[in-house]
Amino acid sequence: MPHLEHPAYPAADLLRLESLVPCRESQVSTLLSIFGERQHFSFPSIFIYGHTSSGKTYVMQTLLTTLQLPHVFVNCVEYFTSRLLLEEILIQLQSCSSGKEQTSPVHCDTLNDFVRLFKQAVASREDQDQTLYIVLDRAEQLREMEANILPAFLRLQELTDRNVTVVLLSEIVWELFRPNVGCFEPFTMYFPDYSIGHLQKILSQNHPPQYSADFYAAYINIVLGVFYMVCRDLKELRHLAALNFAKYCEPVVRGEANERDTRKLWKNIEPHLKKAMQTVYLREISSSQWERLQHNGGEPGQLKGLSAHTHVELPYYSKFLLIAAYLASYNPVRTDKRFFLKHHGKIKKTNFMKKHEKTSNHLLGPKPFPLDRLLAILYSIVDSRVAPTANIFSQITSLVTLQLLSMVGQSDQLDGPRYKCTVSLDFIRAIAR
Amino acid sequence: QQIQEDLNKQLLDNLVNFLSQSHSGFQEKTTEWTCRMKFREIPTAALVLGVNVTDHDLTFRGLSDVLQDNVTPYVALLEAKDCPGIKNLMQKLMGQLMSCDVDVDSLEDEDYVPVSQNRIRCSMPSLVSWYENVTKKTESETPNKKRNSSSRHWQSPPVVVIFKDMESFTTKVLQDFIVISSQHIHELPLVLIFGIATSPMIIHRLLPHSVSSLLCIELFQSLSCKEHLSTIIDKLLLTSQFPFKLGGKVVQVLINIFLYHDFSVQNFIKGFQLCIMEHFYSQPLSILCSQLVDVKKRVCSLSHNQCENIRRLPSFRRYVEKQESRKQIELLTDDSFLKEETEKLLEDLHVYHENYVSILRCLHVFTSSLPKYPLGKQIRELHCACLENRVWETEEYESSLQLARMLNKTDLVTMVQQCVEILMSSSGKEFDKTVEKLKKFLTQFQNLEAEASQEQDVSVSSQKELQKKTDLYHLQKTLLELKESRRSKKLTKFEMLRFEVVDYMDSLVRKYLVPADSRTLHEIVYFNAATVLRGHLNAAPRTALHMALNTPHWYLKNQALRCDGGGICNKAPDICIVYKLHLECGRLINLVDWLEAFSTVVTAAEEGNADAASSDQVDDIIHARFIRAVSELELLGFIKPSKQKTDHVARLTWGGC
Repeated sequence: MPHLEHPAYPAADLLRLESLVPCRESQVSTLLSIFGERQHFSFPSIFIYGHTSSGKTYVMQTLLTTLQLPHVFVNCVEYFTSRLLLEEILIQLQSCSSGKEQTSPVHCDTLNDFVRLFKQAVASREDQDQTLYIVLDRAEQLREMEANILPAFLRLQELTDRNVTVVLLSEIVWELFRPNVGCFEPFTMYFPDYSIGHLQKILSQNHPPQYSADFYAAYINIVLGVFYMVCRDLKELRHLAALNFAKYCEPVVRGEANERDTRKLWKNIEPHLKKAMQTVYLREISSSQWERLQHNGGEPGQLKGLSAHTHVELPYYSKFLLIAAYLASYNPVRTDKRFFLKHHGKIKKTNFMKKHEKTSNHLLGPKPFPLDRLLAILYSIVDSRVAPTANIFSQITSLVTLQLLSMVGQSDQLDGPRYKCTVSLDFIRAIAR
Repeated sequence: QQIQEDLNKQLLDNLVNFLSQSHSGFQEKTTEWTCRMKFREIPTAALVLGVNVTDHDLTFRGLSDVLQDNVTPYVALLEAKDCPGIKNLMQKLMGQLMSCDVDVDSLEDEDYVPVSQNRIRCSMPSLVSWYENVTKKTESETPNKKRNSSSRHWQSPPVVVIFKDMESFTTKVLQDFIVISSQHIHELPLVLIFGIATSPMIIHRLLPHSVSSLLCIELFQSLSCKEHLSTIIDKLLLTSQFPFKLGGKVVQVLINIFLYHDFSVQNFIKGFQLCIMEHFYSQPLSILCSQLVDVKKRVCSLSHNQCENIRRLPSFRRYVEKQESRKQIELLTDDSFLKEETEKLLEDLHVYHENYVSILRCLHVFTSSLPKYPLGKQIRELHCACLENRVWETEEYESSLQLARMLNKTDLVTMVQQCVEILMSSSGKEFDKTVEKLKKFLTQFQNLEAEASQEQDVSVSSQKELQKKTDLYHLQKTLLELKESRRSKKLTKFEMLRFEVVDYMDSLVRKYLVPADSRTLHEIVYFNAATVLRGHLNAAPRTALHMALNTPHWYLKNQALRCDGGGICNKAPDICIVYKLHLECGRLINLVDWLEAFSTVVTAAEEGNADAASSDQVDDIIHARFIRAVSELELLGFIKPSKQKTDHVARLTWGGC
């Protein structure tokens, strides 16, 4: 295992850093070598990518804080416009330079202003020769802002002529970022997913104080054994482990088993974890509900999950409208005549025939249909006479707002609006009953 | 029309009461689980409300009021149409939160100056700092001043954000908002409430797993709108407190609209209000439709004309005809006597209502548990049936009686007990006897139980006898005998009693559930114009247009425009002629042909014998008239210019249904 070594930083800090970021030693050492010493000009921009929860943000944050490097950390989702983003960077810069709340709020609308203000801000710092790091988390959002933001950040060092490094963190690869007009290529770096061994190590690290580390590690082992097949997300796993730990400890608390008796504990917890996988992991029931359930020791059957309430109550004509819409979007137009026009009484037979065609059409997805066709089918499937009242028309729009139908084409087109049915066959079956 | 205003107020009160009931349970839970937040989950309530979107507004308003009173002063209601982007959402949210804070704080300190709206940086940190500011301030102030407004809230009240219509929000906005707020959950206790109209599955469809794992969703199901409706009907129609009543057909129309079109209680109440208005507007005698106490005063102050109006009522005439001749004359001539008589009749009507409601409930108890529900499952169906005609003459009633005669004992006893309770709770004085009678039935049933045990012994012994017989012939014979005896025995006490009970119910029904039309002076209280109501509530724009264009004399009230059969009248307005001609065409209409047909029709009116010269050359004026009519049709949306052929227009409707 390579130990972190760098001439510029004290060894104690490096050791602490190493203990804080397990399983990421190689990445950290690469980063450190890129950063160089405090005064050195570093690479103008670094692009770090990796799958979700592979520790990008965490590593960057701990690295910068433990080594006490001057930095600005910004989440791009949170500052959703370029103006907000730039202002936030400047505010953080000011506050970390002066150490106290800045009284005058900054206004920065364009990148030009930003460069100017940035120079001022850096100039006012005491340690202006040190490299300043700007970390942009979830950098994929930058693509949706103004076109000049991303290239400008990439060559900020050049633009401002100051010692600054921009670090972009993202979940997608650099190739998807590259703008058409071409730009400065950043140094890209990949954070691989944690392996099961890594996960085990990381999860076992923060064990609760009243139990020994070995005990918790054994528990983590069990949890990983159950959940690793479906979930490799570190955050999610940690969440699940914390939720179910109380249950795991139960025999120990009651005194039925000691901490070494792993086999017994495993027997106790395993069905429980499986149940958790079916419910909590899919967020069928919330974690607080789950806790309450554990507390009471009741049956989970009494608590219905989110997907149990699939039944939707609809008014009488809305049901027929929806069915008509479904038929209209999954049956080709040429069959309409055969199904709805000729035989009025033989509904059974037509229904049977419909099914054969549907299977093939289902693969193609719903097709748009005009309003008139929908109404024509509606009249033919409803037994009694339906007057085309305003209520029926308003029901169509309300179905659209409920996202059961969707409008195709421009919405301002008054004549001949076209719709699409967006619900599935199961849903229609439930309604048609 | 004060009465109407009163009624409206009462309606709303009812509704608000109902809502607060349904939300009290919910709100308790909110307080319970907001305090514990684990990791970075945002506590979220998914409120499944059903498809009646129009009602939701009121529900949410009630909910936010309740929350504001009891849990937290920081409640923000967000609607999808206000928030097309995350920026607008944040702006809206901050605006609502800050302003509602001002409401609370303005009582204590005047120097709190709200930052002008456009200067605020609409981002989460500013919201967080604002929140810290506010909570700090309240904490520092608490020891100094007695605050009764905030004492109910806790130290750090959660910020509740309500998304009114989850379905209409764009996915991205929601996702971004959740991700952002999950980052700040430790500094800002945020609670989300999603209003869901369809099913909770929509959450999974809108949000990817990475986002939904940030939420701690708990599901709450609100009452179904059908139940809501039944309570409303219970409170409004089936009480004797409201003097105003709806006729059978009208109730039918309202309920049909509710069930067939929109599950909207709001609309139902609007319809009801419309009925009230129609009634008071169209019926001159409706001043008498008020509480019983006021009736006396109003009857005394009736003018001569109004008395005449009373005499003209068909139900009153029927009543007069039944009286003896001397009284008839007096009724028809003497105003004061008439007034006395009216008062008495109105009182009768009131008593009738009281009795009607309680007996209806009794009957409902009986019929609602019968298999197949011959008289309907809900009390509203029964109510309609009773209002329409004499309920005991219908087939359904007959079959339900027959079924009632086959009920087993325990059911019957519980039903009778329920009936007794209903009758006891009702205010009618005439029911003392009935209650007594029913109680007597109950005691008889209890007596029967004792006897039944004896009977069982008998049957057991006969069984034993049966086992002894081994001879086949004898066996057959005894079986037959047993059957016979059983049949006759069944008709013994329990059977008899059962018949008696059912017959007694029948007599009660015949006595009290007389349809309202047969009562004298029912016109004053009942609103019966179902067709008017249907016309108002169930608008049919296409049919109306078709009517107007096809038969213009209907609207223009001009008999000259009437034309017989399928012919096209040439005196009609141009647009009508053009419309009728276009009905005869196919999907694509040739403008030249259309113009020619138009000119033939028009010129046929002006000169009986069409010249050869003028038929060739279409008059400029006619041409202009035609073009104007066609463009009018285009404006109405019947046709549009087609790109396939230049001189053609496309039809947009298929025959105007």
